[in-house]
Amino acid sequence: MIFKLFAAFFKIGMFMFGGGSAIIPLLQAELVERKKWLSEKEIMDYYSIGQCTPGIIAVNVSTFTGYKLGGIRGSVAATLGIIMPSLIIITLIASLINLFLDNQYVIHAFTGIRVAVAALIADVVLSMGRKNIKDEYQFAIFVVVAALMLTLSLSPVWVICGAGALGLILRRGKTA
Amino acid sequence: MIWWLLFFEFFKIGLFALGGGLVTIPFLFDLSAKYGWFSSQELFDMIAISESSPGPIGVNMATYVGFKTLGILGGIVATAGLVLPSVIIVIIVAKVLEKYRQSNTFENLMYSIHPAAIAMILYAGIELGKMVLISPMLIGIGIIFWGAIHFIKLHPIVYIVLGGIIGVILKL
Repeated sequence: MIFKLFAAFFKIGMFMFGGGSAIIPLLQAELVERKKWLSEKEIMDYYSIGQCTPGIIAVNVSTFTGYKLGGIRGSVAATLGIIMPSLIIITLIASLINLFLDNQYVIHAFTGIRVAVAALIADVVLSMGRKNIKDEYQFAIFVVVAALMLTLSLSPVWVICGAGALGLILRRGKTA
Repeated sequence: MIWWLLFFEFFKIGLFALGGGLVTIPFLFDLSAKYGWFSSQELFDMIAISESSPGPIGVNMATYVGFKTLGILGGIVATAGLVLPSVIIVIIVAKVLEKYRQSNTFENLMYSIHPAAIAMILYAGIELGKMVLISPMLIGIGIIFWGAIHFIKLHPIVYIVLGGIIGVILKL
């Protein structure tokens, strides 16, 4: 089981492109339909928990699934499986890219790519904002943090701790 | 010493980056300013490559930053640092699942942290944008890209490849 878990998540890591939610269709195809290890509802549970626990969502979901299917050893196997393709492929790309960085065409291409990435980041802010900022309280936090960052450029760790503490104090007893 | 620092910084990111891989951007921006292991320009390239290669974006970026800083072993150390908090916390949560999920305190915590995390991505985006959108032409192309991304919604890889092609054609 331990090796099977590693292999299944290696395959998922190999074929997933993008952020956390990109793992869902792959989990469904591989673990629910093909291997019948899990039900669809279990996957949604792991996904919602994976979103609330610290760290990369796809890694959290993998660790969680691995734990359910094979205990602590299973969770380590699934996690190693999901990160292994990244380690191999990124290391290869990163070492190859250094060879081409002086090339004129590569320089032009990367200038264009950076513009596209800037636009992608702008859109992430917009779509995440629309999903997660639902009332005046959350909007106020968004504005205050943005203003503080632009004037003081605080460390992200302090911002997360500060916002969390504020939530615990101001929203005591309320339901989200 | 730098090995330990690399591991520790990514352990911190794994612990405090709540959300998807792109939430790590403000943390990586902070790293570049603090240690100079890589430039902000390079951060853009890392984001582009991480979005277009297989695997979770956050893991890809950790491997890339680690590799840039200390070579192949650096990539492994940074990635290990990033996922270790997840593994520990998820195992604990899995054990006390039901109690934890229904906790009101926890919901309130996330309710306040999410908008802060988005504001930090906005900040990192603005700072990075200042370095890249340096001419009226680049700003114009950026706006067109944003419109296409927002209204057509294809996979990010499409826009990254398109950006590369436009860059070569227009000699940006």
